[in-house]
Amino acid sequence: MKARVFITLKNGVLDPQGKAIGHALNGLGFASVGEVRQGKVIDLELSGSDAGKAREELKAMCEKLLANTVIEKYEIEIK
Amino acid sequence: MKSAVIVFPASNCDRDAKVALKQMTGKTPAMVWHQDSELPDVDLVVLPGGFSYGDYLRCGAMASQSAVMRSVKAHADKGGMVLGVCNGFQVLTESHMLPGALMRNAALKFVCKPVGLEVQETQSGFTRKYENGQRVTFPVAHGEGSYFADEDTLDRLEGENRVAFRYAKGENPNGSARNIAGILSEKRNVLGLMPHPERVVDDVLGGTDGRALFQSLIEALS
Repeated sequence: MKARVFITLKNGVLDPQGKAIGHALNGLGFASVGEVRQGKVIDLELSGSDAGKAREELKAMCEKLLANTVIEKYEIEIK
Repeated sequence: MKSAVIVFPASNCDRDAKVALKQMTGKTPAMVWHQDSELPDVDLVVLPGGFSYGDYLRCGAMASQSAVMRSVKAHADKGGMVLGVCNGFQVLTESHMLPGALMRNAALKFVCKPVGLEVQETQSGFTRKYENGQRVTFPVAHGEGSYFADEDTLDRLEGENRVAFRYAKGENPNGSARNIAGILSEKRNVLGLMPHPERVVDDVLGGTDGRALFQSLIEALS
């Protein structure tokens, strides 16, 4: 089973990298670009076929290591 | 005072900490590898600066999961003193031994320079030899030192007098919330700070403002 975890900064947490990316895009002439927020994608391969169980396990992984829930939120996608 | 310095892969201020501790306490600290699950019998544990585990995932995230950190937490739970400097502070927040998080510097640049600080709290085993409000200069050297916590946590830290060091006016190098440079744990036996007191204990290094931190520890632990 394959899973993808999206980790992004919580709303209200300043994202200086996202801001810099936005400025760079504006500088390249992409005038339509407003606020930009950046994050991480982590792809995982898991053994087993129980999607429900995998989701629970991935949630624990996010809480324990993959995300810092003080500043980040996460979304889990199972393929 | 007996001390230990934890060595993670890619710690790079572990020897600075060792030299400072040796000079200040007269005793060579134990150097403890991150895979060791037991600490020697010590009064103080130092988590040094550096780039533990190459800053993979997030600064301090991997180190917080290492075998030795369970013993460091147990040491702190028993009231033992823990000092985390720079990457050590990041490890302490990732380990939930201190609240909040250290984020990318607001200007996105690695900052390496002496900065002016104010000692905000002298009621601790780390700061008792300073004067309240005393201005000191410690060097900083980090790319991810912007202290962040939600407003409630910041209010609580201030209300409980747990902000030990603040960047002086106009000196905040990284965009830290409320100019916070270093904070204490609830029991006041854990201090994390981004600036490096261990780099200013000898005139040869350009300053001695860090000496009082070690003198505080020696007095508190004697």
